[in-house]
Amino acid sequence: MNEHVNPVERFLRMDRMPHIWCPGCGIGIVVNCFTRALVQSGVDVDKVAVVSGIGCTGRIAGYIKLDSFHTTHGRPLPFATGLKVGNPDLKVTVFSGEGDLVSIGGNHLIHAARRNTDIKVFCVNNFTYAMTGGQVGPTSPLHSIATTVPYGNYDMPFNLPFLAEATGAVYVARWTTYHVRQLTNAMVETLNKPGFCFVEIIAPCPTIYLRRNRLGDGLEAMRHYKQDSKIVPGANTRDVGMDLSGPIVVGKFVDKDRPTLLEAMNQEYGAKLGKEYVPFPTGVQR
Amino acid sequence: MKADPKGVLTGIHFLDGDHACCEGALAAGCRVAFGYPITPSTEIVERMAMRLPLIGGAFIQMEDELAASIAIQGAVWGGRKSMTVSSGPGISLMMEHIGLAAMTETPCVFVNVQRAGPSTGLPTLPAQADMMQARWGSHGDYEIIAICPNSPQECFDLAIHAFNLAETYRVPVLVMMDESVGHMTERVVIPNAESIDVVPRRFTKSSPDTYLAYEPKDNRVPELAPVGEGYHFHVTGLTHDDRGYPAMTAEAQERLVRRLVEKIRNNANEMAMIEETQTEDAEVILVAYGITSRVVLRTLQLARKKGLKVGVFRPVIVWPFPERRLRELAEKTKVFVVPELNYGQVVLEVERLVGGKAKTILVPHGGGGLHDPEDLLRVVEEALR
Repeated sequence: MNEHVNPVERFLRMDRMPHIWCPGCGIGIVVNCFTRALVQSGVDVDKVAVVSGIGCTGRIAGYIKLDSFHTTHGRPLPFATGLKVGNPDLKVTVFSGEGDLVSIGGNHLIHAARRNTDIKVFCVNNFTYAMTGGQVGPTSPLHSIATTVPYGNYDMPFNLPFLAEATGAVYVARWTTYHVRQLTNAMVETLNKPGFCFVEIIAPCPTIYLRRNRLGDGLEAMRHYKQDSKIVPGANTRDVGMDLSGPIVVGKFVDKDRPTLLEAMNQEYGAKLGKEYVPFPTGVQR
Repeated sequence: MKADPKGVLTGIHFLDGDHACCEGALAAGCRVAFGYPITPSTEIVERMAMRLPLIGGAFIQMEDELAASIAIQGAVWGGRKSMTVSSGPGISLMMEHIGLAAMTETPCVFVNVQRAGPSTGLPTLPAQADMMQARWGSHGDYEIIAICPNSPQECFDLAIHAFNLAETYRVPVLVMMDESVGHMTERVVIPNAESIDVVPRRFTKSSPDTYLAYEPKDNRVPELAPVGEGYHFHVTGLTHDDRGYPAMTAEAQERLVRRLVEKIRNNANEMAMIEETQTEDAEVILVAYGITSRVVLRTLQLARKKGLKVGVFRPVIVWPFPERRLRELAEKTKVFVVPELNYGQVVLEVERLVGGKAKTILVPHGGGGLHDPEDLLRVVEEALR
């Protein structure tokens, strides 16, 4: 065995390199953390499936060497719901951007959280539609510049941890791509936690978002994440909204338990139907 | 393979088309279904919700049709057989995911209990105006299979056939019912499980090292790999190569999309299902599908009583259209009369195949009701004059 082989390579489709992401982009860091989390978590990696939507982050499914699904814009969550119900033994992860998951896919996000579908969501938030050249998105800060708000954004952005908690997620955290160890740990925790887990990952888009808003390059963004992040475990998610260049509250905000979609179905139907009911496998070991 | 007896409600029943369609799907092995309520298809999902928990399956009502139409595809890749059901506006919302299923070659079934449109239209009344949408409603070039039952018994039988075709060709199959077929109640005979043939999911025998997810195999159809067993396959709606990896070239597009089209088009005659009635000596042939194929049988009766040489040609599978047989009939028929509950959709295909060798007459109807058999008789008489 070649001792110089990067330990993450076994989880990458090396025959697809080089990837499409720009220098300084945060998405590669997310992939790197995930591959380390796969090893650390002790899960059977063959049972981990990766589902993505469309966009820069949506390309993650195409680079991770696991069973991987690159679906339609905004719909990775309902696909993942079907995959989990179709094969409850799988650990189903979703990697997608905030435009995919929260704007076009927003309805699916709130309903998947409400149902506590057993899906681990890693939402890479770079504050813009990067793949299409930098349009305003559902988390673009007020006053930020994007091609479709060329004079400044007047639209109130979503506070994603607050949205995820309010709609029923059992695990909610936010980290930046500077916090690689904490992010990896969060991924490990969610891989071993039943239910709808939502991790927001603040990531730099130097080519479009940072440049257009004169926020510096990728390195400058990392400096900002390092200096201006405030780790507040259990922070009230109501208070973690973000603006253009102010402090970033990070940490694990929510970690609670309630029955997953399939567990709740089994409980309800088991109680009502008794012996007539054929319990559905849930894949959850508590 | 024979049907799993757990899903087969053997016996003689009095069911409407919606309920019969659900039973057909269960007999075919559908154990996971997703849907969203919409008239006149709701009864199918209601029966799914009632029946599936009793046979080890699950029905989940999703937040909208976009979700339902892709959740079924997740379930299919998870190893299950799955379907969704809708009508009118709901089917329009599902179109993007019919394209996804075509592109990723996901075997699944969409049931469309057609109502009159456009837009909200006539929610409780029949039409056959989604026939071209069924074929081409999603963007890009692809082929699907569309099958048109005309009775509750056929809703049962053809739901099974739809699942079998989906597995055989790895293609979305659309069961094109309509409100009148969905809501008419008739005798439905459900046989024993041993007499129901079911096409199982066929997984590759290749090892993960040699498996290529989109390498064309028998009939140009690639082999599926089971999820979660180390194949590490990739599925994408992007144009992809034999490995399933995105390939952004005209060559990759040509190789893939040509195959998606040809695997259906080139098998059109093999999969054809046709019902012909008295076409042997017919000078006029009524071409009809779905509920209209029952209406024209009355016209046929009336015409034959008058000594008119009339026949009926009914494609049960409308897409791909059974080209060869219609071309043969065009050689010896004077007139094709095509009544449909729209302003001219399948008639375009009939005209194309007849190729000017006979006259083709469309009898359009906007939906909300059915053709009057006597009106059709007058068209036939006029055509023969």
